[in-house]
Amino acid sequence: MLTINRDICGYCGCCVAVCPEGALELIDAYLNLEGDCISCGICARACPLGALEVVHEE
Amino acid sequence: MKSNYDILVVGGGPAGALAAKTAAEAGHSVCLIEKRPAIGTPVRCAEGIGKELLKEFIEPDERWISADLQRARIIAPNGATISLDQSRAGNEVGYILDRKVFDRELVWRAAEAGSDVFVKTRAVAPIMENGAVKGAKVISAGKAMDVSADLVIAADGVESKFARWAGLNTTVPLGEMMSCVQYLMTDIPIDPVSTDFYLGREIAPEGYLWVFPKGDRTANVGIGISGRQSRDGTRARDYLDRFVAEHFPGGKIIEHIVGGVSICRPLPCTVADGLMVAGDAARVVDPITGGGIFNAMFTGRMAGQVGSECVSAGTCTKDALMKYDEAWRASYMGKTLERNYKVKDYFITLDDAKLNDLAGSLANINMEEFKVSTLIMELIKRNPKMLLELRALKNSIA
Repeated sequence: MLTINRDICGYCGCCVAVCPEGALELIDAYLNLEGDCISCGICARACPLGALEVVHEE
Repeated sequence: MKSNYDILVVGGGPAGALAAKTAAEAGHSVCLIEKRPAIGTPVRCAEGIGKELLKEFIEPDERWISADLQRARIIAPNGATISLDQSRAGNEVGYILDRKVFDRELVWRAAEAGSDVFVKTRAVAPIMENGAVKGAKVISAGKAMDVSADLVIAADGVESKFARWAGLNTTVPLGEMMSCVQYLMTDIPIDPVSTDFYLGREIAPEGYLWVFPKGDRTANVGIGISGRQSRDGTRARDYLDRFVAEHFPGGKIIEHIVGGVSICRPLPCTVADGLMVAGDAARVVDPITGGGIFNAMFTGRMAGQVGSECVSAGTCTKDALMKYDEAWRASYMGKTLERNYKVKDYFITLDDAKLNDLAGSLANINMEEFKVSTLIMELIKRNPKMLLELRALKNSIA
């Protein structure tokens, strides 16, 4: 599953633009998981600050 | 806010402002909405624009110009510097804006032309009728309402969702998303009239690092790297911190911003029934420089013009709106985007040794005018080792 570290996030929109599922959205400069995330990790790669992480459950 | 407008503009950046201003000047009822609480903030931009490009839209004003530039410098991985003065650098020399003030000026002009403006107001879904966009569901300062419109112009930036909701695929491929971080730094030794571009895989893989002056000892110091080069330990911020520690160890960071810049080709189609897409949302950023202010204003104004004509004619079908898509692609701006995409595709393949070779061969040339086509010709003449690939590049942009 995708985790968002809001202490690190800079609300830049990189992750929103690259998400193939349209699962992320910036609302009032606040990043939210809105739709169906498939945990592909593309957003985490694009993030300039490392605010996103895909955590695979054991 | 009224519940019905001729044209609804989503996004209050340069594209949205020019679209709203143009449409309002044509006599239409226009509503511009911006999801942030203030126009122009937070800035997500290095703030550079060519002087002549800016003047196409607005007379320069010292209230929103931070630096008036005289030269641009390209610094190769080995430190070799190509200096382009004003007469040779064309649009690479210009102004560094203060976007916080500049963006407000543009929106103020849209408002002065008659457009309604609402901040802290976001579109949450399009209103669709028979497959056509007919407005948007919005939340304005917490209050939900429907705003119907004959036409919606989506100018909602790189994180654009509106066009996607309406059925256009706006996803940026990871390798063509520049992952960017920028510090506004003060108390640093810079050339206050030069924009500096640092190249190299060790400095900014598949991108570049910039130092754009904002005053005598103040500058935007930022970096963009390809999303595919970004991972734990090698993120944009890691590269920037390394550069800052080496070059500006005594500097003070007074602003820290991040942003995404798409360097992919523009959307395959920037219109749909009842919808036009402009600016970063249409992916019309220059693929080489990452510059997007001019292109945003250009497409915004054109969307406002064509949109107004279609609203007046009573038809906002995709076919009617296609005039906008065709016109910007056929323009100088559209052709430059296509050519620069091919040039970018070539340059990101170069390793540091080749970048050093190219920079060395350009250090002493005297071009009457700095143009990409002239640059390629000069490189071919001076780099016989790279003749084949450079010739292929020349042919691809011919």
